Amino acid sequence: MSLKIDQDHSRFRAIVRGKIRENLKKYISHGELLGRKGKDLVSIPIPQIDIPRFRYGDKQQGGAGQGDGDVGDPVGGDGEEGGEGKQAGSDAGEHSLEVDVSLDELASILGEELELPDIQDKGKSKLINAKDRYTGVRRVGPESLRHFRRTYREALKRQISMGAYSPDSPVVVPIPDDKRYRSWKTEAEPVANAVIIYMMDVSGSMGDEQKEIVRIESFWIDAWLQRQYKGLESRYIIHDAVAREVDRDTFFHTRESGGTMISSAYKLCNTLIDDHYPPEEWNIYPFHFSDGDNWSMDDTLSCVDLMKQKLLPRVNMFAYGQVESPYGSGQFIKDLRDHFGKDDRVVTSEIRDKDAIVGSIKDFLGKGK
Amino acid sequence: MSEFALKTSLPTYLQDWQATIAGYAAEAGLDFFPTVFEILTYDQMNEIAAYGGFPNRYPHWRFGMEYERLAKSYEYGLSKIYEMVINNNPSYAYLLEGNSLTDQKLVMAHVFAHVDFFKNNYCFRSTDLDTGGHTTNPGARPAAYDPNRRWIDKMANHGARLRRHVELLGVNRVEEFVDHCLSLENLVDPHAAFSGRRVPVDPDATEKAEEVPRLRAKDYMESFINPEEFLEEQKQKIQERKERAKKFPEHAERDVLRFLLDHAPLERWERDVLEVVREEALYFIPQMQTKIMNEGWATYWHSKLMTEKILDASEIIDYADNAAGVLATSGGRLNPYKLGVELYRNIEERWDKGQFGKEWEECDDLDDKRNWNLRLGLGKKKIKEVRALYSDVTFIDEFLTPDFCRDHKLFSFSWSNRNERFEIESREFKQIKEKLLFQLTNAGSPFIYVEDGNFENRGELLLRHDHQGMDLRTDYAKEVMRSLARVWKRPVNVTTIVEGKATVLRYDGKEHSSRAGGAPPGRPG
Repeated sequence: MSLKIDQDHSRFRAIVRGKIRENLKKYISHGELLGRKGKDLVSIPIPQIDIPRFRYGDKQQGGAGQGDGDVGDPVGGDGEEGGEGKQAGSDAGEHSLEVDVSLDELASILGEELELPDIQDKGKSKLINAKDRYTGVRRVGPESLRHFRRTYREALKRQISMGAYSPDSPVVVPIPDDKRYRSWKTEAEPVANAVIIYMMDVSGSMGDEQKEIVRIESFWIDAWLQRQYKGLESRYIIHDAVAREVDRDTFFHTRESGGTMISSAYKLCNTLIDDHYPPEEWNIYPFHFSDGDNWSMDDTLSCVDLMKQKLLPRVNMFAYGQVESPYGSGQFIKDLRDHFGKDDRVVTSEIRDKDAIVGSIKDFLGKGK
Repeated sequence: MSEFALKTSLPTYLQDWQATIAGYAAEAGLDFFPTVFEILTYDQMNEIAAYGGFPNRYPHWRFGMEYERLAKSYEYGLSKIYEMVINNNPSYAYLLEGNSLTDQKLVMAHVFAHVDFFKNNYCFRSTDLDTGGHTTNPGARPAAYDPNRRWIDKMANHGARLRRHVELLGVNRVEEFVDHCLSLENLVDPHAAFSGRRVPVDPDATEKAEEVPRLRAKDYMESFINPEEFLEEQKQKIQERKERAKKFPEHAERDVLRFLLDHAPLERWERDVLEVVREEALYFIPQMQTKIMNEGWATYWHSKLMTEKILDASEIIDYADNAAGVLATSGGRLNPYKLGVELYRNIEERWDKGQFGKEWEECDDLDDKRNWNLRLGLGKKKIKEVRALYSDVTFIDEFLTPDFCRDHKLFSFSWSNRNERFEIESREFKQIKEKLLFQLTNAGSPFIYVEDGNFENRGELLLRHDHQGMDLRTDYAKEVMRSLARVWKRPVNVTTIVEGKATVLRYDGKEHSSRAGGAPPGRPG
């Protein structure tokens, strides 16, 4: 169904993306695509544009509130309007809204938005674990699983409707009919392990913006695969002319200069798999990001060779993402496509800018492998 | 559109309930406009809420922004809109499809009380229209009060007007100007409608020489009856009056938008846009002025009607669950629903028991006060009077008591520089009331006046910020001055106080500057 608001909404989206009305962009209050990342929660800021008005500085003002606490106690800072929002009309929205969602939920939202299929296991690990989850309430069950609140509620309802409840002596006694018990479902969970091996080109031609793209993209890939596999590991390899394994933080913040030999990374990746991840037990996902500039055609050929001989037979999927940089020639993706155009174990994707991230996630994960 | 209109009418069982609840409300003494309920899906609801309750507004991105916020909050399960009602005659209210019957009944009871408030509260009379769609003199209220408040039509007309400009001039140009106008939106006089019609100044009136009238006297008495000093003094006074008339505006003008409309060199379409923005800003003002009262009133009545008449026993728990959610305070924030309803109940109790007036104020005995009950039973009458004659500011000013603050754990908070956070500052009645009133006065916006439309005889605009202890937010102020300069088309100056020093901010169309300078002596506004 089309709504009248669609026009205004797409106009707003266009402003936020900076497509039109550049001068408004400075009032957009939003952080990164993922605001802060807590333990399991991420907050997604919803961009808001503040219309400037004559008004007081925020911090000077203060105000009046309600609740417990002594003088000097902090006031519940950045909470937004409470859960049950009713609204009368024209409140000036002063704060940008941040939505907290759990990683798991986020992955489902992502999955739904992009229509990602669930991943088909390679079939190597057929081990299944049964797991019980408490999902509902039922009328029979062992006393140890009695749901106190629901039982109490039922009893209260019954007493009120029978007129046996008096607010002066609020005694609520459940009878067997009131009792409610937690009930569970047994779910089968495959015991599959997966490892993502991230490789990134950190040669001089990869700028901060390119790394930012890789960072965001890898976050989403992590989130999705985390949902699909219980035990997910991530390994990180950076390379210029030589490759080395690093931790996550270094991976995203290193900047080297010098040439690029992609084969060095693939070799290291191969060694990692040899040493730690026997393909019978592991689902293996190498992801490689670069700006597509390689040292020589020879090196490209040895990459292709490595992939054909060693990597592809053992991995679920090999993903290559090419970010656009002002320096790179962008040749590598063409070479890969020439050699593996028909092989559906190899997925390539070009990521032009931040807006293209979503599309490329779909490229990578849309095959359900 | 027709499809939309068809699908939104209530199903029969809800129509029956509407009639029943309207009956209960009228029986309880509520006096409301005819009310039309429509039932919407959540995305229709979000759309209409984004438009501030109106099905048709002028095109602007900020409605899209609001929509995104509402839609996202709904999708992520943060909040949903139960109810929406617009101040219109007849009033329109929207129910959310898929809510339980208990919720729908609650919303209806709530809505009727809102509509009663729209109809009877004095602030809302500024939204009465005449046949030409202009606001009327709110001072006169006929016995059978059935004002024209067809704001739905009016807003739709605004939409049509602006769309026509967009078609002729392109969306970017119009939208940019709308943005500028919106930056100035809060520079109106919230009481504009109550200050009467202004007498238009005839610009062609020629100046007549005015002579000091003399008393008739014989020649030899002349210097005694009309002494020279007195004549001189009178002459001076006339002179002064003329000087003032030349000043422009004659008195400091609170309604900056009105002044700009009258005197800024605007193109026809620009004037049209500015007019639309000003009228809509004024429409929403009563709702801001009475947020606590209005929500409190609706909550008071829905809880009364629901628990006394409407609910049957099986629904009471669901109702209580929902009501508790509406009235919850979280994170130390004031909840207008809660504050409002508790104040009304407090007033009702006090007037029922006669806890007011001289004797009560002067009584020092705590025991006496606690057991004070004259059985006057004036509570109902009093709260109805209050809902008609007060706004949030006067409501809090008159009825917030130290006892109430203590019972409801109110506090005031302020920013702590040391700890970089907001902290509870005090639980003293005086300070709480002060903070609360400050928040509510002028909807928490600074007071800005037009001081001079011909500043330093160069056709520049001079505004004055009436500094009441708090500085303006400078980055925003600069942007607003840009917008002012866009409208006024000449440099713009604002006198204010920055960190304790009198300062004149200036924007000349290219860059901002500021200099120390005495604010001109405040003239009566």
